Amino acid sequence: MIRLYFAGFALLLSCLTATAQDANIQPILQEYQAEIAKSSRKTIGPVIDAIASSGSPHAQLMLETWAAKNIWMRKSDGLFFVGEKTDTKSYLLTDFDSGDVVGSYPKSDLKQLKPNSGVRAMIATALVQFQLMDPDAAKRQDALTSIQRDPGPALLAPLRTSIDSEPDPTLKAQKQRLERLLTIGYDQDTKTRVDAIEDMSGELGVDVRATLNPLVAKTLNVATGDIPTGVNVAATLEPGTDQFSKADAYDLLVAKGMAPALVSSGDMRSALAANIEGGRVGGIPVAQLDTDAARNAAYAALADAGKVPPLITQADMDTALASHVFFETFAEPSAEVTTAATDALKAINLKVGLNQALDLTLDALSLASIYFLAAIGLAITFGVMGVINMAHGEFIMMGAYTGYVVQQIIPDHTLSIIVAIPMAFAVTFAAGVAMERLVIRWLYDRPLETLLATFGISIALQQLAKNIFGTQARPLTAPGWLDGALVVNDVVSISFIRIAIFILALVFLGVFLFIMKRTRLGLETRAVTQNPRMAASMGINPGKVNMLTFGFGSGIAGIAGVAIGLFAKVTSELGNDYIVQSFMTVVVGGVGNIWGTLAGAAMIGFFQKGIEWLNPSNTLAAQTYMIAFIIIFIQFRPRGIIALKGRAVGD
Amino acid sequence: MQRSFIAKNPSVLIFLACLALFTLIVTVLSEGFGVGVVSTSFVKTLGKTLCLCLVAVAMDLIWGFTGILSLGHFAFFGLGGYMIGMWLMYERTRLIVVESLSQTEIPPTKSEIIDGIGNQIFGVVGSSDFPLIWAFSDSLFLQLAMVVLVPGLLALVFGWLAFRSRVTGVYLSILTQAMTLALALYLFQNDSGLRGNNGLSGLQNLPGVAASQDEVSLWFLWASALALGLGYLLAAWVVSGKLGSVILGIRDNEARVRFLGYSVETYKLVVFTFTACIAAIAGALYYPQAGIINPAEIAPIASIYLAVWVAIGGRGRLYGAVIGAAFVSLLSTWFTGGQAPDIPLGFYTIKWVDWWLVLLGLSFVAVTLFTPKGMGGLVDLLTQRKSPNRHGANLGPDDGALREQEASQ
Amino acid sequence: MNTLLEVSGVSVTFDGFRAINNLSFQIGDAELRAVIGPNGAGKTTFMDIVTGKTRPDEGRVIWGDKSQSLLKMNEAKIAQAGIGRKFQKPTVFEDQTVQENLLIALKKPRGWLSVLMYRPSTADLEKTANLAQEIGLLDALSRKSGELSHGQKQWLEIGMLLAQEPRLLLVDEPAAGMTPQEREHTTDLLLEAAKTRAVVVVEHDMEFVRRLNCKVTVLHEGSVLAEGSLDHVTSNQNVIDVYLGR
Ligand SMILES: Nc1ncnc2c1ncn2[C@@H]1O[C@H](COP(=O)(O)OP(=O)(O)O)[C@@H](O)[C@H]1O
Ligand SMILES: [Mg+2]
Repeated sequence: MIRLYFAGFALLLSCLTATAQDANIQPILQEYQAEIAKSSRKTIGPVIDAIASSGSPHAQLMLETWAAKNIWMRKSDGLFFVGEKTDTKSYLLTDFDSGDVVGSYPKSDLKQLKPNSGVRAMIATALVQFQLMDPDAAKRQDALTSIQRDPGPALLAPLRTSIDSEPDPTLKAQKQRLERLLTIGYDQDTKTRVDAIEDMSGELGVDVRATLNPLVAKTLNVATGDIPTGVNVAATLEPGTDQFSKADAYDLLVAKGMAPALVSSGDMRSALAANIEGGRVGGIPVAQLDTDAARNAAYAALADAGKVPPLITQADMDTALASHVFFETFAEPSAEVTTAATDALKAINLKVGLNQALDLTLDALSLASIYFLAAIGLAITFGVMGVINMAHGEFIMMGAYTGYVVQQIIPDHTLSIIVAIPMAFAVTFAAGVAMERLVIRWLYDRPLETLLATFGISIALQQLAKNIFGTQARPLTAPGWLDGALVVNDVVSISFIRIAIFILALVFLGVFLFIMKRTRLGLETRAVTQNPRMAASMGINPGKVNMLTFGFGSGIAGIAGVAIGLFAKVTSELGNDYIVQSFMTVVVGGVGNIWGTLAGAAMIGFFQKGIEWLNPSNTLAAQTYMIAFIIIFIQFRPRGIIALKGRAVGD
Repeated sequence: MQRSFIAKNPSVLIFLACLALFTLIVTVLSEGFGVGVVSTSFVKTLGKTLCLCLVAVAMDLIWGFTGILSLGHFAFFGLGGYMIGMWLMYERTRLIVVESLSQTEIPPTKSEIIDGIGNQIFGVVGSSDFPLIWAFSDSLFLQLAMVVLVPGLLALVFGWLAFRSRVTGVYLSILTQAMTLALALYLFQNDSGLRGNNGLSGLQNLPGVAASQDEVSLWFLWASALALGLGYLLAAWVVSGKLGSVILGIRDNEARVRFLGYSVETYKLVVFTFTACIAAIAGALYYPQAGIINPAEIAPIASIYLAVWVAIGGRGRLYGAVIGAAFVSLLSTWFTGGQAPDIPLGFYTIKWVDWWLVLLGLSFVAVTLFTPKGMGGLVDLLTQRKSPNRHGANLGPDDGALREQEASQ
Repeated sequence: MNTLLEVSGVSVTFDGFRAINNLSFQIGDAELRAVIGPNGAGKTTFMDIVTGKTRPDEGRVIWGDKSQSLLKMNEAKIAQAGIGRKFQKPTVFEDQTVQENLLIALKKPRGWLSVLMYRPSTADLEKTANLAQEIGLLDALSRKSGELSHGQKQWLEIGMLLAQEPRLLLVDEPAAGMTPQEREHTTDLLLEAAKTRAVVVVEHDMEFVRRLNCKVTVLHEGSVLAEGSLDHVTSNQNVIDVYLGR
């Protein structure tokens, strides 16, 4: 290790003077001719060092060629050359130093150098120092990446040497960071490592945690009498606590061979079965051995007779445990380092926690915007008009399929999405208008019948989609510029699609508010929903207004479908996934109020993410609890978060 | 005015007679006891249909008579199936485990048997311990009690919460749908204790019964017919009395009932829980005939179909619910089973497996729009009872109230 | 005469609008009282408060000999305590026969178990027949009430209230939409009812009120403007301003 370190310095020196010196490599190779010709991991170290530090401009080429098994030794004089196969029998040899071709030789005159994998790994390590200083920035980047992937003590010195001469500032920063990490892991000096740990404390990178975690990894250990000196003890354990039960402790003793194994019920059973004599075991008839007590008695009898190892009782276990100490040790011997690492990890984890909370908030926000998007059409048809449209989910599905069909016709993803949005609106608007005219308008004061009739439409539409598009999921591909994510740091990131959906949700909100509050249609809609007869007497055509409003709500559902199709699978059952949640969003938020829908979507989104965070493996459970929560929530606010008051609602 | 219950409700007698005749005919034609014209699997289908009729009666009580469009009764139906399924599966597995362990030299202990059963049942979800909800699964009696108690309790708690906060109309429907969805999602989890999406299977085998499926299917047919008969009778008796008056009042005009001094919430809760129990019993009879139950059975859509059957049969009349359930579910079996002949149109062939749901969906819209009385309206045609002419006015202000065309004079 | 119902200092606000403002009102046993007032005066809301449909923001509503507070009871409990209410629009159970309507209202235990087991006794049937006679619907006993005329429905509802045997009857605009003959019959019904119990009648029509010949309370903007005989209140300048002036 130290040797390498110095070798690094020598290399640095030689680098500075390399051009002047122009040392040849062949003499060095000849110096170690025997070791090179028959390489082994044990002996090759100094040789590689000598080559690497020779300062020869050909050292890198030589090492690369060696690792690639392309060096051949001329048997006649023991010189080494680059060999290139010309035909099956002969090889073209090239000199390292001059680069001249020295001629073609039959295979029988040559010996190929075949370093084994251990040697090749050492060569690769030695090569890193060259790659780190390679004039090509891409090569240097590759070298760094390979060190990151597979760090090792030997890499520390070359890395350090290469930092000062690094011209590229980003690469330099990377090198410096990597140097800190390698220092933490592999430096010899405790103080240096502790300093490095303190430097990196508070860093969010996964690599920092990956470096620190092995340092504080603990192993369970046991010793007779006192804890041995010279180990870095993390904690002493008392058997019989919640974290460390007596059974665990005894198992550890057994595993370490410090106590006889317990007789398991399976062992006992086979032992008994092996000792049946004349229908009896230990004097007890076999037929009676169907209780644990009887079996224990029979086993004890066998043990007394010395036929089986004795049963280990609780008392035996206790004495065994009492004569041992149990403790956890760090793999890292230095206590200073482990303490510093523990503290640093604590600081990092706190920061990671905060950032995770932020990330979760972003996730929740994007889930909320999806719910909002899915529910906003419903906020119009159900919230404003009071029409229960169970086919709302199928309108979302229709929008998504429209997007898919458009993409089949227009291959350009950006353009196709731009076309798909108005198309989806048009298709679902038409479907909505048709449905309103044909079905819903006959059932305006009959919400339960509307529910069932629209459900009938929903199953028909679903099956129709299945008949047309089949059961497999159809892709709706987002344009390329929506791929990828906005990465804030190693913990916080949000994909562009989610950002786009968030923005779309905001746009929808704006459009909704504009239409309802600022346009004639909005005014008439509100008039008709509040008092249709009065509105009619004022020259508004309620039929037309209802038709347009319902179409508008359905059209928005279609656009939402395009957006949802971008990240969810487009199947005929797409709508099922959103219908109940959408209704919940509207109901929880408060019917008839778009801000309520917004609040409802936010609440459901955040709540669901919150539960998923508590129990990350189980999204089903999250949904279950969320619905249960909503049912309870409605107990306390039957009219939703933002309740409309007045006679119109309750009576 | 004081006439006997049967005299006042001649339809009950007719219904019971038809049911008895039907059961008799199926028995005579069956493979198990009769001439073998009707296959065992069709006997099972018929038995299952009777159970669906029973749950439709329950649905009619809660929706047609009380005006609560519950989209949760199939959840209770499924729960009832799960409860009986737990015993069936436990007991059958126990027999198998005991049988296999008895081959060994040493007789098994109790805990070895239970571990063995646990391994067999929960192996598919990577577990072997019995969850708490299986505590009574070793006792047929207790598990039979659970068939009514568990769904009943769920209905009681849910109903209490929902009715207490005076959620009505579509809000209540959506809430019940949410409950169903939550239950289904919960059961889909592997650690729900009920084998996740594997569900419970092998329920058609009655533990300890050597009789063939030919006979067992008939036993279940009889049991289902008996349950339907009793359930129908009970429901008819309940609605013919003053309680029926009160719940009809709640359907048409809840506020009026309240101001008469009746605690509307209590009545709704009683009917909701009672019908949940009927649904659970129907489920407990259905799933042993189906052989398997899994959470998909509980999905909200099943409950909506239930409402569809009742609506097609004609809500607010018990025989309507039975006719609707029997007709639609048998037709559905026929169409989706591939027996219905395809219709070649030249350029396209209508395959009913693909188009049946479209037809059902659209015909449902048509029934809602044009014949709110459903198939029960045919009976009115025969008895020459007309709908009143109320110029489009419903029979009460509430969402669940009868429509002009639904009522008869 | 002891007080049956005492409302004191009651106020209700809907979205900032004060529908009832510090209202106080008393009525004794077997008293007939007419409440008049312009549209929106809060007459229906007053009944809502007494019957538990609306919770007041402040004030007390005290009932009966035991001076129970009605504010803690729900609608059903209040009705069981003996307050019957007739709505502005006739509300009977239209899908049920007149007899069923009367039977459901008859004073009997309201618990679900007793209702489930209940079968009408001969006495009960007789009682419903007598009531039907009184409201002039004897011939219509087995007809569905949905088929009755508007006036008949109003009477049926009054009949149901009588069947309930309440100690206090709140009647909201019983004569609205009736022909003069029907009004007369309604007046008779109310006068008859008021012999044995307290009756509060809300009505617009002065002629109708005059025929009731009882103490009158005038409501305006949620509080009592005047109280006394009809002649007394109609000569009150405030009442004239509110009702006739402006
Ligand atoms: N639930 C309610 N929400 C909002 N305003 C109400 C409500 N109930 C009554 N009001 C208002 O209170 C006032 C009194 O109404 P009401 O008692 O019906 O008057 P009336 O004396 O004509 O019966 C009216 O202005 C009415 O709009
Ligand atoms: Mg009024």
